Amino acid sequence: MKDFLLDPWPWWFSGILIGLIVPLLYLLSGKAFGVSTSFQELGALCARGRGPDYFKSFNWRAGLWTVVFAVGIALGGFTAAFVLSRDGIDFLPASYHSPGGVIRLLVGGFLVGFGTRYAGGCTSGHAINGISNRNLPSLIATVFFFVGGLAVTWGLGSLLF
Amino acid sequence: MDAKQTNSKQGFQSLGAYLRILLVGALLGLVLAKSEAATWGRVHKMFRFEEAHMYLIIGVAIAVAMASMWILKKLNASSVGGDPIVYQPKPYHKGVVIGGMIFGAGWAITGACPGPIYAQIGGGEWYAAITLVGALLGTFCFASVRSRLPH
Repeated sequence: MKDFLLDPWPWWFSGILIGLIVPLLYLLSGKAFGVSTSFQELGALCARGRGPDYFKSFNWRAGLWTVVFAVGIALGGFTAAFVLSRDGIDFLPASYHSPGGVIRLLVGGFLVGFGTRYAGGCTSGHAINGISNRNLPSLIATVFFFVGGLAVTWGLGSLLF
Repeated sequence: MDAKQTNSKQGFQSLGAYLRILLVGALLGLVLAKSEAATWGRVHKMFRFEEAHMYLIIGVAIAVAMASMWILKKLNASSVGGDPIVYQPKPYHKGVVIGGMIFGAGWAITGACPGPIYAQIGGGEWYAAITLVGALLGTFCFASVRSRLPH
């Protein structure tokens, strides 16, 4: 049991737990599973009632839970790396700990922020919550997540990685 | 009007609700990190079709979530706070395709979708803070050009 928890978790165990986040969040808070709305919330908190309508007309009070959820995710990441692992978790390859890596993370992060907000959701809101609620636009979004990811990996892979 | 009503009118949740949201978030972050779904190499191998790990995780997660939602609807379940559990469909527009591709590109480069960004930071991967800064810059950029984008 101890070894099971300390080793990387198998796909079936992880998949079941991630799937259960959807009903858990609905039951315990009435909220729909989604992570990237926290970007809009953080933007609205920075804009403080000014700036583009995307932030100004967003109810930051109603959206505050998304940041609480994000802090929870970080706490979970902390527990995984510092309590439930043998010697930490290597999230990024060593090659990313470099000036070139900083540029890749900044540009890639920019695409994640812009893309998820333009698409109206990410892997959680579209791929998991959306598809599991049989929302066709979410299935389309997920297909195009992979179109973009595969295009970059196979098209620019030799340049980027 | 009592404090609880004032809060819900403004949109805030109760303290207890925030605590429950924090705990569900912690469970998610724990699984994202422990499953290595937040590890760059796993995401890269997914896009390279070198291993099924990520596809299996996402597939099982969707199946479990779908079965759970079916049960919740059958039981007519409501949340702890008494709200009905209703999925608000996300509408189709051109951004679903264009934005979807843009996000996918970013996911392949950073090895992180939004959830894993927070899990990586919490797990001590400080370079992921750069990914988060990038994501916020991307969000600000989207906010300022949104009215000119095809929808």
